[in-house]
Amino acid sequence: MAQASSSTMDVTFPSDTEILITRTLNAPAHLVYRAWTTPELVKKWWPGRRGEMTVAAMDFRVGGAWRYVMVAHGEFQVAFHGTYREIVPNERIVHTEVMEMPGTAPDSEEGAVLNTVTFDGADGGATTVRIRTDAGSKEVRDMIAQSGMEGGVREQFEIIEELAASLT
Amino acid sequence: MARAATTADTFNAVAEPRRREILDALTQGERPVNELVTLLGLAQPHVSRHLRVLREVGAVVVRDEGRQRLYRLNPQALKPIHDWVASYQHLWEERFDLLEDVLEDLKEEH
Repeated sequence: MAQASSSTMDVTFPSDTEILITRTLNAPAHLVYRAWTTPELVKKWWPGRRGEMTVAAMDFRVGGAWRYVMVAHGEFQVAFHGTYREIVPNERIVHTEVMEMPGTAPDSEEGAVLNTVTFDGADGGATTVRIRTDAGSKEVRDMIAQSGMEGGVREQFEIIEELAASLT
Repeated sequence: MARAATTADTFNAVAEPRRREILDALTQGERPVNELVTLLGLAQPHVSRHLRVLREVGAVVVRDEGRQRLYRLNPQALKPIHDWVASYQHLWEERFDLLEDVLEDLKEEH
């Protein structure tokens, strides 16, 4: 699928267990990487326009843990955590991600998805960011789908892709 | 993890891969059951059971024409899913837009 402009986000489904988000940003890779890996900067973009990020804890090394917490405008709290599996500065970060449900232990990896984020230089000093989320197995994927966790939307996207024309 | 027992919900109904195949087949237009049986390579009772679930959540509607029962898609029933997916997509769009702002600040520092 061609991108209409650098500000177009693209969502595709590379396999039965994966979702891939692609977006090109107008900045060099080292700056995108910095914005992605510096807690004070993460707090500025990660919650979108939906609330305030209260925790951005990053033990940024392979095997280190991270935890993000945001309080949505609606006053409810959403938390995610995981560990870093691979770090290639300015190029690639691989990490697990668990959406915390009531009773989830802070170090639990149960139901974790694996996210691979890559930063590729594009024309004109831009950077193409790819976020590939792999649920790993059908069981995990189904669990995600049922909990409403982000990575679980693949199935729904698939249907929507098919039906986009008739849903207008 | 066991699937929730209830299927009286669109999300649940489309979580079953075969039912998504049926919906996909119906995006091409109205079809009789026997065509779906052929397309899916499933026994008719199985297809009928899936169709019943899809009817219960309103994702498909049926009409009789002579001896045939014809099924077609009712996209409106899938709108809740569409809305949910759209909000997920919008979140990432918001994130990227804000990230652009952060990057502009970073570029100015240099």
